Amino acid sequence: MAEYLIKNGFVFDPVLGINGDKTDVAIKDGKIVKSTEIKNPKVVDAAGKTVMAGGVDIHAHVAGPKVNLGRNYRPEDKLFTYAPKKGARRMAGGFSVPTVFRTGYKYAQMGYTTVMEAAMPPLYARHVHEEMRDTPILDQGAYPVFGNNWFVLEYLKNHEVENTAAYMSWLLRTTKGYAVKIVNPGGTEAWGWGLNCNSIHDPVPYFDITPAQIMKGLMEANEALKLPHSVHIHTNNLGNPGNYETTLDTFKLFEGEKPNNDFGRKQVMHHTHVQFHSYGGDSWRNVESKADKIMDYVNSHDNMTMDLGCVTLDETTTMTADGPFEHHLTELNHLKWANTDVELETAAGVVPYIYSPNVKVCGVQWAIGLELGLMAKDPMRVFITTDHPNAGPFFRYPRVMKWLMSKDAREAQMDALKWAERVRDSTFLSGIDRELTLYEIAAMTRAGPAQALGLKDRYGSLTPGLEADVAVYDYNPETAEDPELIEKAFGNAAYLFKGGEMVVKEGEVVSNGNKKTLWVDAKVAENPQVQRDVTEKFLRYYTVTQANYEVNEKVFMKNPYRIEIDATQ
Amino acid sequence: MEAGKEKPAYTKACGIIEMDDADFKRLGAWRNTNVRVTSEYGSVVVKAIQTTQGPHPGLAFIPMGPWANMVISPNTYSTGMPTFKGVPVKVEVAEDEPVLNSLELVRKACKGEI
Amino acid sequence: MAKIISDVVCPFCGTLCDDLEVKVSDDGKELLEVYNACVIGTEKFLHSQAEDRLTVPQMQDEEGNSKDVSVDDAVEYTAQMLCNAKKPLMYGWSSTNCEAQSVGHEIAELVGAVVDNTATVCHGTTLIALQDVGVPSCTLGEVKNRADRIVFWGCNPAHAHPRHMSRYSIFPRGFFTGKGHKARKMVVVDPRSTDTAKMADLHMQIEQGRDYELLSALRVAVRGNPLPETVAGIPRETIQEVAETLKSGRFVIIFFGMGVTQSLSKNHNIDMAISLTRDLNDYTKAAIMPMRGHYNVTGSGQVLGWQFGYPFCVDLSRGFARYNPGDSTSNDLLRRGEVDAIFVLGSDPGAHFPISSVKKIAKLPSVCVDPHITPTSAVCKLHMPVAFVGVEEGGCAYRMDNVPIETRKVIDAPEGVLSDEEFLKRVLTRVKEIKGVA
Repeated sequence: MAEYLIKNGFVFDPVLGINGDKTDVAIKDGKIVKSTEIKNPKVVDAAGKTVMAGGVDIHAHVAGPKVNLGRNYRPEDKLFTYAPKKGARRMAGGFSVPTVFRTGYKYAQMGYTTVMEAAMPPLYARHVHEEMRDTPILDQGAYPVFGNNWFVLEYLKNHEVENTAAYMSWLLRTTKGYAVKIVNPGGTEAWGWGLNCNSIHDPVPYFDITPAQIMKGLMEANEALKLPHSVHIHTNNLGNPGNYETTLDTFKLFEGEKPNNDFGRKQVMHHTHVQFHSYGGDSWRNVESKADKIMDYVNSHDNMTMDLGCVTLDETTTMTADGPFEHHLTELNHLKWANTDVELETAAGVVPYIYSPNVKVCGVQWAIGLELGLMAKDPMRVFITTDHPNAGPFFRYPRVMKWLMSKDAREAQMDALKWAERVRDSTFLSGIDRELTLYEIAAMTRAGPAQALGLKDRYGSLTPGLEADVAVYDYNPETAEDPELIEKAFGNAAYLFKGGEMVVKEGEVVSNGNKKTLWVDAKVAENPQVQRDVTEKFLRYYTVTQANYEVNEKVFMKNPYRIEIDATQ
Repeated sequence: MEAGKEKPAYTKACGIIEMDDADFKRLGAWRNTNVRVTSEYGSVVVKAIQTTQGPHPGLAFIPMGPWANMVISPNTYSTGMPTFKGVPVKVEVAEDEPVLNSLELVRKACKGEI
Repeated sequence: MAKIISDVVCPFCGTLCDDLEVKVSDDGKELLEVYNACVIGTEKFLHSQAEDRLTVPQMQDEEGNSKDVSVDDAVEYTAQMLCNAKKPLMYGWSSTNCEAQSVGHEIAELVGAVVDNTATVCHGTTLIALQDVGVPSCTLGEVKNRADRIVFWGCNPAHAHPRHMSRYSIFPRGFFTGKGHKARKMVVVDPRSTDTAKMADLHMQIEQGRDYELLSALRVAVRGNPLPETVAGIPRETIQEVAETLKSGRFVIIFFGMGVTQSLSKNHNIDMAISLTRDLNDYTKAAIMPMRGHYNVTGSGQVLGWQFGYPFCVDLSRGFARYNPGDSTSNDLLRRGEVDAIFVLGSDPGAHFPISSVKKIAKLPSVCVDPHITPTSAVCKLHMPVAFVGVEEGGCAYRMDNVPIETRKVIDAPEGVLSDEEFLKRVLTRVKEIKGVA
């Protein structure tokens, strides 16, 4: 592989503590190395440019059955987006739900190199993997959903954490999953009967367990397995006025808990798209921001991490394993509703949604997402996402960065809202003067998510020895004044290296890269009860046989990368 | 069908028209007679058999296959889907005309020989 | 001695049963017996063993006489045909695996083809409808474990999906359905008294082509609003009884088939069926599912979806993907004479398209890739025989509820017979050479 030397760029790396200093970055054999270790490098002149590690997205819906349903049932989403085949690039299109090719290319153009698929229904794991296999460039992993799984509900009803852990280990291995996802715990099972769980103490029909018990128990099992990532939670009551109390109740479940792992992960719980969970008021008429209460809690509890879920004011396609929520949403906006309930495991719904700047609630949602980021004291624990595509498409990250980095830019957007004054009255945003720095942005988009995923030894920094994932942006922090330059530069990386290979050159995607698919193999002591339960459930309740359930690495994955853990003790 | 479309079994399964007893009476024909089925779009000879899934007087059924496709409506009305069902047809006795097998039927039709 | 291979997946219909057992000879060359499969599935496995099976590519001359050609010749003819055409149609893709579909799409992208699958004459109208109104659905296991109201509308699983009722919908005892069929109510809507209808608790023998009216009437009845005396030949009281039966269930599932998708109102029928399902969710839990035919037509829609964004009739001829049923659909293209070469794989348009379309195929440069001799191969210039996917070749397939299952190879293909994927890869390589791309 070619050696590269990226010279004279302004480097931002919170792990190394480099804050905009002019530093050279050297690449050899796919890894970052010390400049002294390379002999005959190709030189990339980064003078006047910004250099960061490749971006890491901790939460996006980019592959799998509900994503593809979103594509197939919204032909209108492709209008005016298609780019023809060119060089190494396949033809690619789609706005809120891009094709796999466009997903890979768009992330690369933003300087991102690692993207985690946020919800994988285990029965559909093969589908998720097929899409990830076809997604160029990016390193990926997928989180199987556990929060409504019948095995989990039955074990945790009696607080059988050891059995839960053994099942978790089996399911991660069988589906080639990366982490433990929880979506509307219990509520999605209730949706099997058209019902829901609206608080963390609502009992789940028939199973006689509460969402609180499910989340706490899964966290304990997750730590018993010493997994790289913590439980990844989307709690109950998403998207409803007044739901911030449910969110705080959820946070409090984990008070005093300590992480147990060898990956440098410091949290026991990650809560995702917190914007959707930070609403006060009791109706859409008086909905208001409770970002202050939420961030007070997050700032003072360092055993948790979160991501924002920023609304970008676009027309998009919502999709979530929170089946009852999507039904609720279609009743609100009357747009086409798709739903799939998955036997013994989960459900998913899909509904298009227009975050209109002419609607007050959308303005409030937009403000809350940014407030959460601006109120964060520790950028290593609060990450930028749009819960793609739920609050907006991922390729709006540069715009979100612009709003976070410039008060002028967000005030301009605020003024453009039809109900600007009412939005100001219901939120804190206009009163916040803080402007995030590139150093903080690097923490929120690289170093932080890499650490939370337990991948800080691979990604998120330019430390020698890490994967050579490096982005170079045409942005001069010493001279840039117009905030629009932020959006432009971070949406059009000048260069991107992925695993030491140049995949973006002078703004053009020139290679489909060498993607890897990460999965976790946590070994536990043999557990005959769980083995028996698995066999029984497949014989009696599943419609595929146990032998046909496992994801075959050879067929469904490109460059599988197995992370082994010994949790037999 | 899975045993091979060039085989007699395919003709036996799909080169037929299922008709109601009442319609056999109206036609004045015995069961298992060859009949000519004609629509606005084409014409085909198939064997008329007694329906097992009746009664449905006035309604006849040709299974999906090349015989049905000689007479169904190719109009898609901008959906891509030809109108395979609900096509008005005339049925006449055609005792002396053979039911062609699928390959012959399609080949001859394409050459304009039938 | 013989050995038994278990958990074999049946490559016949969209039910995609995965519990078959197959007995093969020790050398893995001969398939002896098939267990657990329906009659049609068994036949499919055994047909691969036919003595008169074609193994050498056949080229037809002007008079329709066939001669043997080499696989190299077949690859060359196919690649040249696709590269020389302005707008070739690459049709089929339903009886093959997702891996082959993927390679086919790459070829289509290079040569600017239209890619269409058998949904175009099957559930294409369903796909259009769900683009209009969405689709609340579920996996077949949800039906097995929860459903107590089962509707079959314009479909006849007793014949077309023989194990559907025993595996998923009517008879199985699931988690919340321990009494099996005894606790389920079965409603069938069909103009004929089909063998499925004969099993039903309630059969609405609808006037042919009046599905839209009856579905609308059911929506009215579900809301408790007044109805005329009869709709579509069904008395008001029966419609009201069916509406009450559905509303009183804990979990309603509507399965529908060609009876609604191919009748005159087409996608509008499905719009209404989906809207009925949506309405029922105000009273209980309800889901709807198309009874997909070919075992992997669903997979073709999925792969097209993630690669190009549309589930069928994807036109790549302009260098970017377009989707426009009625314009980019196979039968419309053929009728209007807008394509100048035909490539068929994993389907039999010769048997399933209106004869007017088949006549067009017969006049054009054409390739049929199929293990069988079919009406399509009878009119195509080149017939390339290949291995049976799911029997002689594995790979991924999608069940009617979109659940992907990896099919299994149980025996070897005859010497020298390529799989779909292998043949397509060779064509792709040749196309790249001709086009001069790396």
